[in-house]
Amino acid sequence: MATGSVTVADQPLLRYLLRRADDALILGHRVSEWCGHAPIMEEEMALANMGLDLIGQARSLYGYAAEVEGAGNDENTYAYLRDERGYMNLLLVEQANGDFAATMLRQYLYSAFIHPYWLALMGSADPTLAAIAAKAEKEAAYHVRHSAEWVIRLGDGTAESHRRIAEALVRLWPFTGEIFEVDAAERGLIEAGVIPDPAGLRDGWKREVATILTRATLEVPADGWMQQGGRLGRHTEAFGHLLAELQYVQRAYPGATW
Amino acid sequence: MTTLDPAGTEALRARAWAIAATVVDPEIPVLSIADLGVLREVRVTPAGVEVAITPTYSGCPAMNMITLEIETALAKAGIAPVTVTTILSPAWTTDWMTEEGRDKLRAYGIAPPVKGGGRRALFGEDTVACPQCGSTETSEIAAFGSTSCKSLWRCNACREPFDYFKCH
Repeated sequence: MATGSVTVADQPLLRYLLRRADDALILGHRVSEWCGHAPIMEEEMALANMGLDLIGQARSLYGYAAEVEGAGNDENTYAYLRDERGYMNLLLVEQANGDFAATMLRQYLYSAFIHPYWLALMGSADPTLAAIAAKAEKEAAYHVRHSAEWVIRLGDGTAESHRRIAEALVRLWPFTGEIFEVDAAERGLIEAGVIPDPAGLRDGWKREVATILTRATLEVPADGWMQQGGRLGRHTEAFGHLLAELQYVQRAYPGATW
Repeated sequence: MTTLDPAGTEALRARAWAIAATVVDPEIPVLSIADLGVLREVRVTPAGVEVAITPTYSGCPAMNMITLEIETALAKAGIAPVTVTTILSPAWTTDWMTEEGRDKLRAYGIAPPVKGGGRRALFGEDTVACPQCGSTETSEIAAFGSTSCKSLWRCNACREPFDYFKCH
């Protein structure tokens, strides 16, 4: 394994794979931070399971990215040796866990998009992508259901739980616009039938999210200013701290194996 | 490795398959990778023996262990060199689990996945029979269990809790 920071080639499919993999890895890492801290045993198990699914999906995508790049990088160099600006995940998934309500809401906002997205990707002209999506889709279906149940329960729960999830919704909503952004590199892949257009899933996502938020007695926020930049490697303050922990061992002991 | 005639190649392939098929899932040791449908193909090439497996759940940590166990089992039998490759397509599904594997699971106390259940079964909305008493009066306690492939259930008839191998 390389020991210094790595950069990756600028190739549309590779860039796309890393973006999707980064979403899964970073959200998986965030969820894994709950290990040993969840409010009840069942949630300890659920969070660990969801984190494991996400990190597994990231591994499949990084593995394929390594094949596409063919430059000697692998899942480990992508995860441990890319600098902050080399990561291209959605800003939504890097946001700090906050409390349990914020974690479940973040999970829900992402899962409610990625589940139909994986279903659409199963029709990809690229058989490897279609196979990765076929597996991830089933896992994401559980994440949607689990997180939606908690959004409803907390929103329609006590005054305190409602206040907490309502605050999280205001804080996280400006990060949801980026989910549907597409740049020129991805546009080409969409036109070639390799990946679905996320814009086509936006109305469905909004309907689904509005249904759950309404059941949770939460107000659906208006789409105001939307944050973006994650897809180009411009992150929020939270991300550097996350990466410092994620990459600590390989940075402190370059090339360490065990 | 020495060059084999077609009959010798086939014999080696069959022997390597039989050995690889004895490797068990480290998390559910009553199931072999053949029972699970994880063992897809064994090929004999001039470069050695190639074993193809398919991953189950994306994040299942047992996959690394299974790869190592296959290499070890074949090496012990004097079969070398061996490469274990992972096939993603077509994606593994619990429908590939053999009938024998399903019986073994039930005997072990884990309800086997509902077959061909599709979307409803994914969420355990189909009837899951208690592996202890066979009653279908069961309910889900937690969708996420002790491993990625299991959820936790309870039997309302015999009152025993049990694991259900989720459909995938």
